[in-house]
Amino acid sequence: MWGRSRDEQPHAGEPVPPIAESVPAGGFLIPYLIMLIAEGMPLLYLELAVGQRMRQGSIGAWKMISPYLCGVGVASVVVSFFLSMYYNVINAWAFWYLFHSFQDPLPWATCPLNSNRTGYEEECERTSSTQYFWYRQTLNISPSLEASGSVQWEQALCLTLAWLVVYLCILRGTASTGKVVYVTASLPYCVLIIYLIRGLTLHGAVNGLFYMFTPKLEQLLNPKAWISAATQIFFSLGLGFGSLIAFASYNEPSNNCERHAIIVSLINSTTSIFASIVTFSIYGFKATFNYESCINKVILLLLNAFDLEEGSLTADNLSEKKDYLMATYPQEYAQLAPQIKNCSLEAELDTAVQGTGLAFIVYSEAIKNMEVPQLYSVLYFFMLLMLGIGSMLGNTAAILTPLTDSRAIGARFPKEVISGVVCFINCVIGLIFTMEAGNYWFDIFNDYAATLSLLLIVLVETIAVCYIYGIRRFEKDLYTMIGRKPNWYWKIMWAFVSPLLIISLFIFYLTDYILTGTLQYQAWDATQGQLVTKDYPGYALAVIGLLVAASTMCIPLGALMTFIRKRLKRERVSTVA
Amino acid sequence: MLRALLLILSVVAIAHAELCKPDAQNAFKVRISIKTALGDNAYAWDANEEYLFKAMVAFAMRRYSSKSTTQISNVLLCNVTDRVSFWFVVTDSSKNVTTVPGSVVEAAIRMNRNRINSAFLLSDKTLQFLKITSTLSPPVEPSTPVWLIVFGVVLCLIVAGIVFLIVSGIQKHKKKNKESTERENLEEKVEVTVTLENGLPCEVLDLKAGHINGVFPADDERFTSL
Repeated sequence: MWGRSRDEQPHAGEPVPPIAESVPAGGFLIPYLIMLIAEGMPLLYLELAVGQRMRQGSIGAWKMISPYLCGVGVASVVVSFFLSMYYNVINAWAFWYLFHSFQDPLPWATCPLNSNRTGYEEECERTSSTQYFWYRQTLNISPSLEASGSVQWEQALCLTLAWLVVYLCILRGTASTGKVVYVTASLPYCVLIIYLIRGLTLHGAVNGLFYMFTPKLEQLLNPKAWISAATQIFFSLGLGFGSLIAFASYNEPSNNCERHAIIVSLINSTTSIFASIVTFSIYGFKATFNYESCINKVILLLLNAFDLEEGSLTADNLSEKKDYLMATYPQEYAQLAPQIKNCSLEAELDTAVQGTGLAFIVYSEAIKNMEVPQLYSVLYFFMLLMLGIGSMLGNTAAILTPLTDSRAIGARFPKEVISGVVCFINCVIGLIFTMEAGNYWFDIFNDYAATLSLLLIVLVETIAVCYIYGIRRFEKDLYTMIGRKPNWYWKIMWAFVSPLLIISLFIFYLTDYILTGTLQYQAWDATQGQLVTKDYPGYALAVIGLLVAASTMCIPLGALMTFIRKRLKRERVSTVA
Repeated sequence: MLRALLLILSVVAIAHAELCKPDAQNAFKVRISIKTALGDNAYAWDANEEYLFKAMVAFAMRRYSSKSTTQISNVLLCNVTDRVSFWFVVTDSSKNVTTVPGSVVEAAIRMNRNRINSAFLLSDKTLQFLKITSTLSPPVEPSTPVWLIVFGVVLCLIVAGIVFLIVSGIQKHKKKNKESTERENLEEKVEVTVTLENGLPCEVLDLKAGHINGVFPADDERFTSL
């Protein structure tokens, strides 16, 4: 989507875990489309075909391709488990904003007053009211990761509610989940259409659209844009989570998965582009609004300082009048100079908001300036909620399926109890993210729990199918299933292009990490009213390492265990014989 | 006679000029933004508006302190600019050539801010007394925060849904148990034919088309255990 933002992707039937991120990058379309053709479609076809052919969930399917790959399925489940732990917090925040949208004026539209009512709260003065609402009134964020603070009861309540909603939807198993997914997948489209009409008619929306469609050469050369596009595609299509394989295993063996894959990726990308048109038009509106406010502030400042007549300074003649004033009153102008900001529309469009804040801060800021902001706010956060719940359903389904299918747990307890226990455990763990430093832990999980592991899982999948299982064997299987062999495009993508791309992404990640030395995060500084960069403390780095290792190590560990088991069996047999 | 009168007038004028000038003691700067407030309905700032201003200040002083005998002529305006901004002082008619202390003026204006604003169709932001801060009105807060009410409603709905689903699930489970015991009694009388192939029912076999033939026993059991 917008650069590295993996949020608000109304999926086409397959539950995918979209995660909100940062850096709205204009001209993202080119990397996105290229990555879709090079990675998204081939890998989607691959996973659907594997699921349809093996007719089992991800753990069983990879075991059938090669017994050494049983770890791949387990890794997918571990990643889904981490994801479900932290992802529902986004839904909790969406609930919070949704409940607060029923007020006039919206609580993030104005700053609260300070204690003696002579002005606004200090922290709110230094930053904007929407940022203050997010950082102080929603998160009550602490200045650093070490200062944990206490659990915020309001957020804890919203988190509990979010988990109750998820439990309600998965209570009856995959059958009921399927029906709910219809609702959660289609409602966002309606809201998007409403927003498209509203967004395109906003003042300044065109600026945002121009920004989105003009390619920027410097950004195209920056590898981060390509990495973001690739991870974006992975997340929105749901590659590597095992849910695609699980869903495909329920299909008819003769289902045309090639057509299915192409259609799904096209629908997915059309929806992404559609959603990003809406986003960028609203973004352009916000940027134009801020730019014009900035200009008005400068005009007011100059009018008051030099006692000029009202209306003599306008946006058009501002620059020439500034020169004139600088020439006629050099001393006073020099005194004022630090306060006169250079307002630039480009700078406004380029402002990046880090982390999940993008979805909440940027949109709430844009919404507060519209007419009837309550309506648009309710619609937007309801849509966000639908998307979030949809992804949570996919995640929890990925965890519950192996649990309910296993003989140890699945046969003994009814599925209501299993789902209840899973939801309860995740809710309790999720309380960590409602503490004052919770958002920093959330960012840790968001950045590291899934990204690297997914890349590795998908890489192993591609290499396994192409080189271990054999691409000729796979071709023959596809021929038996859908009646024709895959053409050269698919084969080249599977065998060479996709693995190479993923390996290069890995290399970029590693070089980036090595170059910056240590890992850093953005902390909110209340005294300055902005984000500052800090280093992660030791235990946080340990948690990051654990997160990445827990899922990636499953693959080699699984292979090792199978190897040991085979050796033991062979020894047993040879001693017997 | 004429000369004496001229002398007195000039003294008074000089005295007034002394009293009212930018940054004088007890003087306040006022900044008015009529066009921002009223747009097309903006009126021009002329001598009549200045007269009204003086009258409002005098009114405020009188209302603040019942002993006050401030006249319109006691309020002096000076340095009117195009912005529209000017300085004003309030002279004390009882004591010659002195100004009323700034704190008194400030308190009087604060008390009557609303009346002064509405006389000019302006607000605290568009009629600014630069040294006098205005008390901002607090937002209206209902007794229970609105969000808790909405939260409570949604929570009740969700919990009701969960309870309904669980209860209906338990009921269905009990009904199925009863039916299956009935069916077991029935099955003892009727033979149910299940197609078997090599000891395994057919449904298990056809799903692993091609490479793995379920008819043959699985890999682990190839060697008979000892």
